[in-house]
Amino acid sequence: MSTITDLVLQAAPATKARGYWATVGRRIMRDKVSMACALILILIFASALLAPWLGLADPYQGSMIRRLRHIGTPGYLLGTDELGRDMLSRLVYGGRLSLIIGILPVILAFVIGTGLGLVAGYVGGKLNTAIMRTIDVFYAFPSVLLAIAISGALGAGIVNSIVSLTVVFVPQITRVAESVTTGVRNMDFVEAARASGAGPLTIMRVHMLGNVLGPIFVYATGLISVSMILAAGLSFLGLGTKPPEPEWGLMLNTLRTAIYVNPWVAALPGVMIFAVSICFNLLSDGMRSAMDIRN
Amino acid sequence: MFAYIARRIVYVIPIVISVALVCFLLVHITPGDPLVAVLPADASQELAAQLRTAYGFDRPLPVQFGLWLWRALNGDLGNSIATGRPVLSEVMRAVGNTVTLAIFAALIGFTLGLLFGLIAGYFRDSWIDKTATSFAIAGVSVPHYWLGMVLVIIFSVQLNWLPAVGAGPGGSGAWAWDWDHLRYLILPAVTSSVIPMGIVTRTVRALTGDILSQDFVEALRAKGLRETNVFRHVVKNAAPTALAVMGLQLGYMLGGSILIETVFSWPGSGLLLNSAIFQRDLPLLQGTILVLALFFVLLNLLVDIAQAAIDPRIKRG
Repeated sequence: MSTITDLVLQAAPATKARGYWATVGRRIMRDKVSMACALILILIFASALLAPWLGLADPYQGSMIRRLRHIGTPGYLLGTDELGRDMLSRLVYGGRLSLIIGILPVILAFVIGTGLGLVAGYVGGKLNTAIMRTIDVFYAFPSVLLAIAISGALGAGIVNSIVSLTVVFVPQITRVAESVTTGVRNMDFVEAARASGAGPLTIMRVHMLGNVLGPIFVYATGLISVSMILAAGLSFLGLGTKPPEPEWGLMLNTLRTAIYVNPWVAALPGVMIFAVSICFNLLSDGMRSAMDIRN
Repeated sequence: MFAYIARRIVYVIPIVISVALVCFLLVHITPGDPLVAVLPADASQELAAQLRTAYGFDRPLPVQFGLWLWRALNGDLGNSIATGRPVLSEVMRAVGNTVTLAIFAALIGFTLGLLFGLIAGYFRDSWIDKTATSFAIAGVSVPHYWLGMVLVIIFSVQLNWLPAVGAGPGGSGAWAWDWDHLRYLILPAVTSSVIPMGIVTRTVRALTGDILSQDFVEALRAKGLRETNVFRHVVKNAAPTALAVMGLQLGYMLGGSILIETVFSWPGSGLLLNSAIFQRDLPLLQGTILVLALFFVLLNLLVDIAQAAIDPRIKRG
């Protein structure tokens, strides 16, 4: 956690030379791995967004006579699934739901957790203790167990799985935000703002938010990787969306029965989850080292 | 040391109570009346009212929690709706299998993680570091339930070397320490080991790098210490943090085994949780989660104490 605080503390001197974020931006643009990951993610996002206009087969249209075709069958580039639906189309359309349920929890947790952590870190004292001790309770559960517990109790459904994952990630982001905020709170420029008569809300919004957001953002980007795996995992268990909706985790589940007939088609949805997850992880690593000016 | 242990245990009590509270409230966030779960579909109004009183659902929530906690402390977590057997015995039987799996996975994951991490940290930016780092990042990014499927496809479907599902020949029978049973353990254990492998590698690599850049290492080398002995100092300094991370990972494997156990139909607590969810067996769901969470809290406590035992600085902190 101390490294995150260090990053913030280094923000100040770099500003004088070129502007901290400009430097970070230049450094990340030069990182080949990060750029490759960004490109792959943009492709996956764009294809999911533009799916209806890509001239793909109907992802819901099955056929009993062309079930489980192999990868590379003419007309079915990635084969067909257990109900004869075009795999390529389902993988592209599947991105829509999979990306939403994987990323939305992190965005929600980012907003809630940053707010909680900022308040806890800035106000300190009893409020800090109250917030952080409540957060500790959630740390007493392994995150998969917590997600399953809430999702299992609420029942299957997209909204429920998003809610359960948000609950899992809020404590983690709050902890990071609190630790970064505590590091910034006692710095001179905050003291100067207070001395010049700025109220706590103004100080948090104007003077602190910009300084704490970077490290929290990097952390949250890394969380998307976990979130994608967990969200698809909930669907895989049957706690997410319902058939025939294309969603990578659910597709993996329904295709499990086909591993003796056409194993490699059955494994395809997992490749998508893996690709998104590893790209976000590498991107997060790239951003972290780009923000670490010491290197 | 005893004072430290006593203090840690006192800290754990409010956590345990809060965990129990979360588990208790879990049943109350379920849509609909919690009574539905224990009520036969064609139950009359009188029976519903009778059961409501019997289960104490007509009392205020804090009273209900108190009663539930008291019974839980006495080892009574209610009966499973599906089987009618006590939840605690159902859970404890399943947890045994989960522990077996987690320990094997930990042996694989931690051994590889420590090895990769130390080598990568020691030879930073070499090809060996890059290979180990790639393994690590793949390990933490891979959807492990998918990896399980892929391993089944390769080793069960295509090569026919290892069984795809279950925990022993001829159905679920009792576990035994022979090759016939161990064969069933290999694929699930390898699958569960990739996440801890990745995380331990990354942690130990970073630790080793940090330690090697410290002044005391320079001093050791200046003193003329052989590199193997310098290495011993590195290991000693990395141990407390590495231990904490490994303890946490072991806890995650015990508590988060539901996906792996579902893929391999491994008869552990995760599979039990899965059936509890889909049969709407709320007492079983609640009890399994409570027991797993308490295991996790206990494990964290043990790790804290072990950490303090090998690193005296922590006791003062």
